Amino acid sequence: MKIVVCIKQVPDTETKVKIAADGKSLDPAGVDYVLNPYDEYAVEEAIKLKEANGSEVTILCLGTEAATKAIRTGLAMGADNAVLLKDENAAGRDWLSVAKTLAEELKALQPDLIFFGKQAMDDDSAAVGTAVAQILGLPSVANITSFALEGATATVQREVEGGIETLTATLPAIFTAHKGLNEPRYPSLKGIMSAKKKPVEEKAAAVCENGTEVVSMALPPERPPGKVIGEGVEAVEKLIDLLKNEAKVL
Amino acid sequence: MELTEEQEMIRDTVREIAREQIEPRAEEIDINSRFPKETFETLHELGLMGVPFPEAYGGADADTVTLALVVEEIAKVCGSTALGLAAHTSLCCWPVFAFGSDEQKKQYLPGLLSGGQFGALAITEPQAGSDVGALKTTAVVSGDDYVINGTKAFITNAGVASVCIVATVTDPEKGKQGMTNFIVPTDAPGFALGSVDEKLGMRGSDWAEVVLTDCRVPAANRLGNEGDGFEQLMAILDGGRIGIAALALGIAEGALEKTTAYAQERKQFGRPITSFQATKMKLAQMATDIEAARHLLFNAARRKDAGQPFAVEASMAKLFASEAAVRACKEAIQIYGGNGYSREYPVERYYRDAKLCTIGEGTSEIQRIIIARHILQS
Repeated sequence: MKIVVCIKQVPDTETKVKIAADGKSLDPAGVDYVLNPYDEYAVEEAIKLKEANGSEVTILCLGTEAATKAIRTGLAMGADNAVLLKDENAAGRDWLSVAKTLAEELKALQPDLIFFGKQAMDDDSAAVGTAVAQILGLPSVANITSFALEGATATVQREVEGGIETLTATLPAIFTAHKGLNEPRYPSLKGIMSAKKKPVEEKAAAVCENGTEVVSMALPPERPPGKVIGEGVEAVEKLIDLLKNEAKVL
Repeated sequence: MELTEEQEMIRDTVREIAREQIEPRAEEIDINSRFPKETFETLHELGLMGVPFPEAYGGADADTVTLALVVEEIAKVCGSTALGLAAHTSLCCWPVFAFGSDEQKKQYLPGLLSGGQFGALAITEPQAGSDVGALKTTAVVSGDDYVINGTKAFITNAGVASVCIVATVTDPEKGKQGMTNFIVPTDAPGFALGSVDEKLGMRGSDWAEVVLTDCRVPAANRLGNEGDGFEQLMAILDGGRIGIAALALGIAEGALEKTTAYAQERKQFGRPITSFQATKMKLAQMATDIEAARHLLFNAARRKDAGQPFAVEASMAKLFASEAAVRACKEAIQIYGGNGYSREYPVERYYRDAKLCTIGEGTSEIQRIIIARHILQS
């Protein structure tokens, strides 16, 4: 079986991002990039299947040369090979442009199973996996928290408001991974040492027009500092007063 | 400092493991003097207990620089755990790899490097610390075996080890040329643990006295030839010092990281204490010491990887990094004030852990002697 995991490189969640001088993109200086955390679940699920049934796992990424770092993480975790669709302006693409480009490549790769993370931690569009399924006309389930495969039928679960929904889909199909799907492994030293020897095919990403345009970006307003109003029972009266009259939540 | 892609990725992975798995246990293992076996299971699984050894023996096929990065990252959050890994790797696995026969390597390395086993090295005796030539533990030929008798003190990992390299005297007439090392399985008859002392710091690392009473090992367990012992020990300690320097560097960095964050939050006289020059001077000195220690350490590690002489560089790195770590942790406590002296905050643990680095694998004074000898000889 051939599995493709589509990944994205995103700023480390601990990085303090700055907005670039143009006012509508992130300043890449001093930003540490990592494999998108939701994509780690996607990679882990693919590798678990590889361990169970000997599937071939390919990482597919649309990004700049620097995205190689995230790709290597996937390879170090256990994926077999990777394709990098290079675009120095990858960050400027909207979700539809990304989805069309990935779909084009996936047509060529002909996988039986495709995993995405449910969303990228940077732009949070949460659209690409589902959009690719739409373009390719494949069944898809977003936000899965469990995955089981029998023959060509995948049984998956996703959390819905107040409960759990169980669905089946016939492969080829696309699933986007949510937290809880599995516990992503740390890459082993052996995995890391062998990652560089695994093939990464680099090619120019097809140009796709954006359907939307980022007009501006702004950081959220700084939150006012908390205040300590006292301790124990004595503080209760004052707290209630502040909640009523200052915060106006009571 | 330029690292390879693999070195960087290993460092980042270990940093993540340290933050997620090791730091949350650091305080508890210190308080309870508990060796964190569950942590080491993870380290073994990921191949971190056999960093600089070939894959053929179960190692990760990485180098000394990588080992130093691994020790440093772990030491940033827990000195005890880093010490256990460093001692296992440099003091037991390395000598088997460097001096062992093919049979010995095949027999012992896979278990130690990736089979979940621990290793230890027993040199020090109650009466012979810095004076390694004054060992009294003897090994006497008896048929196809050697019979070992003696007592070893302060042996890191002794209580958890499957294999302990034991330094002995096989020919007392020949002094240092009469010393021989043995690979002793800890289940050998006559191998026993003695007292386990309470220690100031590194309380989560395992240490014990080792008592050898007519401990019988086959001649096949001799490391090299009779009389090779002293030179082997000196080479082992040269490499081990890179590990201790990395340990000290990590502890100092951990202390600085914690102290910087604390000082930025802590307010006195209505403003953060980082606004006072007294605090700035201390932080600047700590950071500069750390940077210097880093350069000394990685210079020594790179030389070892390149096959160049590195003994004096390793001594300098160990001397400077360990003393810098003690200074940094002392200042960390000073910046924390009363909180720093309290067990509620981590820096007093860093201070206690750091002190070991100025003693283990050759005291600071011994390092200065080694360095001076080098100057005076050349």
